[in-house]
Amino acid sequence: MSAKLQRFPRFDRLERVVHWCNATLFLILLLTGASLYAGPLSTIVAHRHAVKTIHVYAGLLLPLPLLLGLLLPAGRQLRRDVGRFNRWTADDRRWWSRRTRARAQLGKFNPGQKLNAVFVGASIVLMLATGSIMRWFEPFPNSIRTGATFVHDWVFISLIFVIVGHIMFAFADFDSLRSMVRGWVPEQWARRERPRWWAEVVAARSESGEGSGGASGDVEAGRDEGVGKARVGAGEMPVGD
Amino acid sequence: MTDAGSPIGRRVFLGLIGAGAAGVLVGSRVQDFLASHTPKALSILPIGDHFRFYTVTDGFPKRAPQDYRLTVKGLVERPFTMTYDELRAMPPTMLTKDFQCVTGWRVPGVHWTGVKLGDLLDKAGVQTAGKALRFTSFDGTYTESLTLEQARRNDVIVAYDLEGKPLSSDHGGPARLYVAPMYGYKSCKWLDGIEVVDHVIPGFWEDEGYDVDGWVGLSNGRDDQPTSS
Repeated sequence: MSAKLQRFPRFDRLERVVHWCNATLFLILLLTGASLYAGPLSTIVAHRHAVKTIHVYAGLLLPLPLLLGLLLPAGRQLRRDVGRFNRWTADDRRWWSRRTRARAQLGKFNPGQKLNAVFVGASIVLMLATGSIMRWFEPFPNSIRTGATFVHDWVFISLIFVIVGHIMFAFADFDSLRSMVRGWVPEQWARRERPRWWAEVVAARSESGEGSGGASGDVEAGRDEGVGKARVGAGEMPVGD
Repeated sequence: MTDAGSPIGRRVFLGLIGAGAAGVLVGSRVQDFLASHTPKALSILPIGDHFRFYTVTDGFPKRAPQDYRLTVKGLVERPFTMTYDELRAMPPTMLTKDFQCVTGWRVPGVHWTGVKLGDLLDKAGVQTAGKALRFTSFDGTYTESLTLEQARRNDVIVAYDLEGKPLSSDHGGPARLYVAPMYGYKSCKWLDGIEVVDHVIPGFWEDEGYDVDGWVGLSNGRDDQPTSS
């Protein structure tokens, strides 16, 4: 049926801009950070002073995309998705075990994605705080400076694993990866991979009525992306396939 | 959707922030413990007992030993330029000391071999007007300074061996200054010039804000264990 190629909005434009700003800043920070940190690399890259300056400025910029996104009126869906990272349902618990995973009716994000988001969010705070202590060290006692460097180093090592994992998982699910570029997933994907989210969105659509604009952030995003016309009413679709 | 779920994301977030704050408070002790209980092979991990290589210019300056020259000039009776072999032919001094960087890392028990700076000064004969030294590096940028009194200490050498092997380029070879009682930035790498002057001229890192008299534990607002007394 027509649902096969339906565009199902997943990330609105603001979320995608925030994501790719974050990704760019993280990449710059990891590369410059690695060359400041690892002996063999730092001997190849050199230019320590310039690298350090880039690292510090990129670090100061790092919290801005997310903060702006959360504060702007257009960040409604972003705020909602951050709320989703917070909430863990019984289905999320089922997902962790291979045995019960098949029965897990997931919402918009799987628990791995939630953990990733929470870790990256916390690491922005930690890296900014410890990095600031390292950069403006004068008022701090020695042990605090060393402690800040210690935390900065270990969060850096952890981030490498988390980000490499994030990218590998993204490439393993191409529909999911592409939705961070074009904003939508095929509706089939949403029904199959994120049934609870799919049902949520479809229910919100039917409440607000076909084409009349909806209360749900996800549905609004769909209209923003100009895919409203492609939408189908919930009545045509059996919920909870 | 009746199952709103539990706010676990927030707990994980706050837990991570809390763990990070605890790490800032106790990390220095944890790091000391790790440094003394892990094999050297793991030194890529942040456990803080290995050198980090700093250079202030475009890459690491390379100079083959046969092309190396060290010049001593300024307010001296007998200015001279010596080759690498001539430097090595002088009476050697060996020092085994911790190397402490002002940014926090410390390498314990580093074994250095070189020539006492005082011996080089005696060879040139310092004039009475000479009060301080200015060091230059063949990277063209790195400069350093010492007072004459500091320079004549027995733990200040022009080093050419590290751990019994010729000093590599990233460590500042073929020869560098090694000022044992001071933070690493005072130990000018890729040393090629020693000029006796009548007052202290702050060097590269001092212009960046570090103390001119960089005693370990007594400068730059730090309280590290002294590396050499």
